[in-house]
Formats: sequence, structure tokens, C-alpha cells
Amino acid sequence: MTGERAAWPLWEVFVRSRAGLAHQHVGSLHAVDARMALDNARDVYTRRGEGASLWVVPASAVVASDPADKDSFFGLDEEFRHASYYVVPDGVHGI
Amino acid sequence: MGDHEVEALLRVADSCLVLAQRLTGWCGHAPALEEDIALANVALDVLGQARGLLTRAGELEAAGRDEDALAYLRDAPDFRNLLLVEQPNGDFAHTMLRQFLFDAWAVELWPELASSTDPVIAGIAGKAAKEAAYHLRHSAGWVERLGDGTDESHRRMLASLEDLWPYAGEAFLDDDVDRAAAEAGLAPLPSSLLAGWRARVEAVLTESTLPVPPDPWWQRGGRQGRHTEQLTRLLAEMQVVHRAYPGARW
Repeated sequence: MTGERAAWPLWEVFVRSRAGLAHQHVGSLHAVDARMALDNARDVYTRRGEGASLWVVPASAVVASDPADKDSFFGLDEEFRHASYYVVPDGVHGI
Repeated sequence: MGDHEVEALLRVADSCLVLAQRLTGWCGHAPALEEDIALANVALDVLGQARGLLTRAGELEAAGRDEDALAYLRDAPDFRNLLLVEQPNGDFAHTMLRQFLFDAWAVELWPELASSTDPVIAGIAGKAAKEAAYHLRHSAGWVERLGDGTDESHRRMLASLEDLWPYAGEAFLDDDVDRAAAEAGLAPLPSSLLAGWRARVEAVLTESTLPVPPDPWWQRGGRQGRHTEQLTRLLAEMQVVHRAYPGARW
């Protein structure tokens, strides 16, 4: 059974806690098909009323950024993209 | 409130209680972690249903028995559960088929009980109906997956069907207790639930590439207190702590 269980595909689970909010990634689980993935997500991740909607996505469908790209992706020093970079002259109103 | 009504309540309450006890036997042993949690969820739901109904039965009986007294201090001949739910877990296919046959009954029963003349029962049933609908989705999914799965899973599901089918029909046999409860508007007549149950069970079995067995002589007696030897062992384990340490709390 262990061998077969290891073959169960991995799914990523997203829960939307209430109307108006975005789905948030909450974790992953194993399931043999989409229906079981949804059922398992309900049972494992919404036991205490956490959710109003569930998405399950095959983990194999996730495309992740490469840690080796960390500097070129995220390491840039571009403070001018933050509003706090700019000095607001005295007497300017409405911002 | 007559004895017949209390009896009728115990038939549902005890079926839920005994099934919950059986399901807890899977805790830590299910084929996957996710399924382990799913089965524990089902067990807790069914236990909650049993607790509500046992408490109400004790109130209506007015003999000073609370849910614990009813659950832990009665012997097998005093239990009124369906024979189906006291059957051993067997393998996972066996447990899931037993659950499916039960759930297909529960989804017919609870919506009817939700319009019981007893408002407490109606309240319990309204919540239980939602729980049972999910339980059925879960168990029917497994019956289909295993029935229409590998040769091995199909073989196991077929063996479970042969084993459990004779116990499946007891829930729909009326007696005087049921007729009195139905007359009082407390609970539906068991036989009135059969057509819906049969349609659902036949659809899922067919979808699962499993045969729909012909109706046998249904095994019966659980609802009147005549049980298989399985119940005595189950109760021994379920009741041992309470009987050894009456009133113990933690």
C-alpha cells in the first residue's frame, strides 16, 4: 500500500475565507483524482469553518521561479518605485 | 410522550452511535493521512447526531437518564441500532460500502426528521441533513473508485457487497413502534424511505460496475434489540472506561 500511496499525485489547495477576498494558498495534499482532491481539501483545510470556496490545482501545474534567479528577480534596488522615495514639497495638497 | 416514541428515537440514535464507534477504529489506520482525517470527521458528525438524539430520548423518557447513561450503561439487548452498523470494519472497501449503504439511508431520513413535530429533533435533523449529504458524496465516491478501479479493488468491493447486502434492508421494515412514531408525526415510516434509497444505491452500484443484488430475506432484529455477536464486543470496548470509573471526568 505504501508504494501505491506514494504514487498519489500532489495537489495545491487554495481557500477563500469569505466573499470579496482572494483565494489564499493554504497547503497541499495527495489525491488520486480531482474530486478526491476537493473532498480532501474540504476535510483537511476547512474543518473549522475557514472557507467559503476551494480551489485545488495539480502541483505539477505550478511553475515556480528559480532560486538561482533570486537576485535578478527580487534583488533590485529600485526605491523610486515606492511613494516614500519622493519628497512632497510644502504647500502641495490633495495627495 | 409514549414509550414507542422513545424507542423510535433510540433506533436512529443508536445506529449513529454504533457507527461512530466503528469509524473511530480507523483513526490512525486509514490508507492515507487525508482519508484518516475524513473518516474522523464523519465519525464526529455521526457521534454528534447520536448525542443530540440520545439526550432528547432521555428527556422524553423522563427516567433520569442522560446521553452518557444511555450510551454507556445499556447492554446489547437494550440497543436499537441497525445490524448493518455493528458489522466489523473489515477492509477499507467493506467500511466504505457499509458507510455508503448507511449514508444513502441517512440522506432520505434526516430531511424527513427535519419536519418532525418535535422541534428539538427537527433542529438536530436540519444540521444532520447537511452533514449526511457530504458523507454520501464521500462514501459514494469511494464505492465508485474501488468498484470501477483495479481488479483487486473490484474484487474486494464485490466481496463486501455480498457480505453487507443482507443487512441493507432492515432500515425500511416497519413495525408497531414505527407506525406509532409516524402517527405522532415524530418520524417518517421506514418503508417510505425505501424508493429513494433504492434509486440512489442502484445508480451508484451501476456507475461502479457492481451488480445490484436481488433482494434477499433481509436480516433484521437490531431495531428490536436482537443483535449479532459483534455488538457485544463493540460495546465492551466502548463502555469499559465509563463502567470502570463511573462519572469520571477530565
